[in-house]
Amino acid sequence: MKQLRTLLSSWDALLVVLLLLAIILGTTLSPYFLTPFNVASLTKDLMEKAIMALPMTLIIIAGEIDLSVASTLGLASVVLGVTWNAGVPLWLGMVLVLIIGVAAGALNGLLVTRLGLPSLVVTLGTLALYRGLAYVVLKDQAVSNFPAAFTNFGFGSVPGTLIPWPFVVFLILALVFLGVLQWSWLGRQIYAVGNSKEAARFAGIRVANLKLGLFMLSGLLAALAGIIFTARFSSARPDNALGFELDVITIVLLGGVNIFGGRGTLIGVILSLFVIGAVRNALGLANISGDIQNIVVGSLLIFSVLGPNVAQSIREVLTHRRLAVGGVTKKE
Amino acid sequence: MTSTSKGLEEARTASPTSQSRLIRYVSRVRELGLLVVLLLIVVIVSVQVPSFLTVSNLEQILLAIAIIAIVAVGETLVVLTRNVDLSVGSMVGFAAFAAADLFKQQPGTNVLVAILVGCLLGLVLGAINGLIVTVGRVPAIIVTLGTLYVYRGLDFVVAGGTQVSASDVPDSYLSLATTKILGIPALLLFAAAIALIFAYLLHSTRYGRQLYAIGSNPEAARLVGIRSNVMVFSAFLLCGLLCGFAGVLWGARFATVDSTAASGLELQVIAAVVVGGVNIFGGSGTILGAVLGAIVLGTVDDALNLLKLSQFWLQAIDGMAILVAVTLDAFITHWLQRALITRRQK
Amino acid sequence: MNKLFHTLGLGFMVLLVVVLASCGGGSSTGGSNSSGGGNNLNIAFLPKAINNPYFDAAANGGKTAAGETKGSFKQVGPSTASASEQVTWINNLTEQHVNAIVVSANDPNALAPALKQAMGQGIKVVSYDSDVAPDARQVFIQQASPEDIGRIEVQVLGKELNYTGQIAILSAASTATNQNAWIGFMKDELSKSQYKGMSLVKIAYGNDDDQTSFNDTLNLLQAYPNLKGIISPTSVGIAAAARAIESVNKGGKVALTGLGTPNQMRKYVKDGSVPQFALWDPGKLGYLAYYAAAALVQGKITGKQGETFSAGTLGTKTIGANGVVLLGPPTVFDKTNIDQFNF
Repeated sequence: MKQLRTLLSSWDALLVVLLLLAIILGTTLSPYFLTPFNVASLTKDLMEKAIMALPMTLIIIAGEIDLSVASTLGLASVVLGVTWNAGVPLWLGMVLVLIIGVAAGALNGLLVTRLGLPSLVVTLGTLALYRGLAYVVLKDQAVSNFPAAFTNFGFGSVPGTLIPWPFVVFLILALVFLGVLQWSWLGRQIYAVGNSKEAARFAGIRVANLKLGLFMLSGLLAALAGIIFTARFSSARPDNALGFELDVITIVLLGGVNIFGGRGTLIGVILSLFVIGAVRNALGLANISGDIQNIVVGSLLIFSVLGPNVAQSIREVLTHRRLAVGGVTKKE
Repeated sequence: MTSTSKGLEEARTASPTSQSRLIRYVSRVRELGLLVVLLLIVVIVSVQVPSFLTVSNLEQILLAIAIIAIVAVGETLVVLTRNVDLSVGSMVGFAAFAAADLFKQQPGTNVLVAILVGCLLGLVLGAINGLIVTVGRVPAIIVTLGTLYVYRGLDFVVAGGTQVSASDVPDSYLSLATTKILGIPALLLFAAAIALIFAYLLHSTRYGRQLYAIGSNPEAARLVGIRSNVMVFSAFLLCGLLCGFAGVLWGARFATVDSTAASGLELQVIAAVVVGGVNIFGGSGTILGAVLGAIVLGTVDDALNLLKLSQFWLQAIDGMAILVAVTLDAFITHWLQRALITRRQK
Repeated sequence: MNKLFHTLGLGFMVLLVVVLASCGGGSSTGGSNSSGGGNNLNIAFLPKAINNPYFDAAANGGKTAAGETKGSFKQVGPSTASASEQVTWINNLTEQHVNAIVVSANDPNALAPALKQAMGQGIKVVSYDSDVAPDARQVFIQQASPEDIGRIEVQVLGKELNYTGQIAILSAASTATNQNAWIGFMKDELSKSQYKGMSLVKIAYGNDDDQTSFNDTLNLLQAYPNLKGIISPTSVGIAAAARAIESVNKGGKVALTGLGTPNQMRKYVKDGSVPQFALWDPGKLGYLAYYAAAALVQGKITGKQGETFSAGTLGTKTIGANGVVLLGPPTVFDKTNIDQFNF
């Protein structure tokens, strides 16, 4: 247990170091990196991924994964555009879109919990299905004539400050998720399920319902992110947020959440959120294209699991060597 | 020796054969089902659009999916071991650019050299995947999701925003896809040859049997002494090799290659493999199935076009196909396990 | 140990909020080094996509102009013709405080908010090749009148087909401003009485992607067996269509024309499958766009109708209505002149 705690805290330390490194990278690459305007811009670019990372954290801790979040975002964006074009009032369109998000998550959840299918393959299929449906709904058109107030919400800031509106949304959600995960009974259930499904079930936790709820939550928040994305770009297109799932999963895993479930904290995820955001922003300021930025993010994804594995192997080797040298045999 | 223990001995010696026979029976049923679906689509479409059943149209369908089929063979090997490779699209695209660009940078390069370069690149990329999965003990989904983006990014660095056009490559390269031998385009012959070779490898060699064993029961395989790490690594390696070769053919077919070549291919390949009955839980499925899966999906694509329906349905159909096929296979696996247990009890 | 880093993490968030809250909303923290006047010409080109020979040729023109005006030139952009990625690049360039952005839009409206924010920071915006919403830029460099382009395409194809037969259009992105302007005039031309034997059966969108355009052409040939001609007003599309037609041995049986680059089309012009196609000189387009951007940065023009500016070897150019500057009439390429060009 003590070793676990030291491992965990050293991961948080690593994240702080990474964040500092990212900031150093940014300031080296451009004198404009640490300006408030750029920091606000960096934050704005990050918020949809941030919002989707919150439920993704819970899902991965519970031992599953959701690859379809970006596609749900795209579908939500497209439906919002279509309803707006058809004359439906924007607020009603947004409600409809949130319901669709929940439904999309529910499909994932039902296939995983009721049919026992692996969430990996299910969400791979829905990644294609939802994105595909977005293309069916809007073909390759785009809807861009959203009202200024809506666009201002996505693109603008709280008056008198540089705080982007979506950041306010994220802060509120983050606090809620933090409260639930770290201090509520629900949070402990999620950790328990991730550590051992069977033990959790024996302890009386309704595992299937919990997981279903998590997937529906993921769909809901992906739809919310879709609304924000649409407002920010003032444009509903089927290819919105293509490839975002890479960043979201990297953010969660880099944040110290274990891919096999049962371990991880939201604070780590929030730190890693800004590491990824800062790295992408810094590289962008140096005119490095998104494709090359992806090399860094993809490598971070692999490293976030490879690193702890390697660390553990080294630890084991050292422990064995220590035991052998000390002449201690493990006879209990 | 009582009669019960004798019966047990008989059951123990008899069951392996009947088990594998049952598994093969299920595979055959699955493939037959695919053929039925294919036939249905053909009938429905050719009634409405007679030009569907022409040789040229059928040839177009096969040409369109030939490259997908080649990659699907490699993906099958990986999926059989209970892993997945999402980076196939990036590997194909990278190899395509490397091969095509070779002609642009060094005019007069022999086509065989280009093939070698593409295959070698695929081999290296596949090896990296395999190493991180086996030695690094990182789940394949994470590794290949990461390398999907890393390889595509490296492709972009190498390509530097340039493009290789048809006028930059020799006709001998383009003819890899277009020459007709006995009336059949070379591309189709390559795909068929690869399918046959790997089908033989999987079904008639010890290597193949071990691959199936790892996927269906990793613990038992380890106990019997199969080196699963080596086997899994080899699956990723071969998948990379096939992607490299497919990339060379890609360049020959499309002739204009930049860093975005083959983007999104992985989804089509996985859909083909899953629809083709290769079980995502590992351990069962055939090359024939994967190829049939690719043909079925290619036929659906062609049907959409001829029926003048929106092409935009294609990705949604791929997604639905994955979900339906996986659900079906889950039921089959469940049924299979129950049937095997009852058989063992008899 | 754990608690320490958790506190650090929370502290970081609080710091972020405080920093953002304390800075007054909106512009210029160092944003106005762009109107430094004179020799500060940091101009960036943002085409629809960067791996496109047509835009590379335009970039070469821009580089030449940069050399002549002693300014700096760079080209950035997405690897696929995506409007949202262009927005990301616009934001990048805004944060880098470039002096001017020269952009060809995949979608006229999607880029507008980001461009307006750039303009609010003192950055000048020139659009070229494919326009954005007029209030999101100061000047638009138009390669040729859309009416000329649209009508010439139909006239060329009509003559080749003897004014009968089914035709299709293979376009780029469905939202591309220039494509839709040209297609509008093509349809209008087709509605004239001399074309009543021809019918437009489909418009396919190849998204300026070679593979998509290639497959789209194959699909068109399959779905419409009586198709007699294709117009592809995009250099990526026409090149892919020519290869696709050749791959099913219909070269010469299905007429093809459109807008293409001489290097990609030379083979097909010479073997007769694409006897004629049109374009303008993208190098001159880029050259002119750079000069216009430079003139804006140096305060010599503001984008109002009637203003003039010097454009190097192209002479003096006048701004027309709506901030549009016309490059000139399109060039038609055929066997007689195709070897004179290298781009």
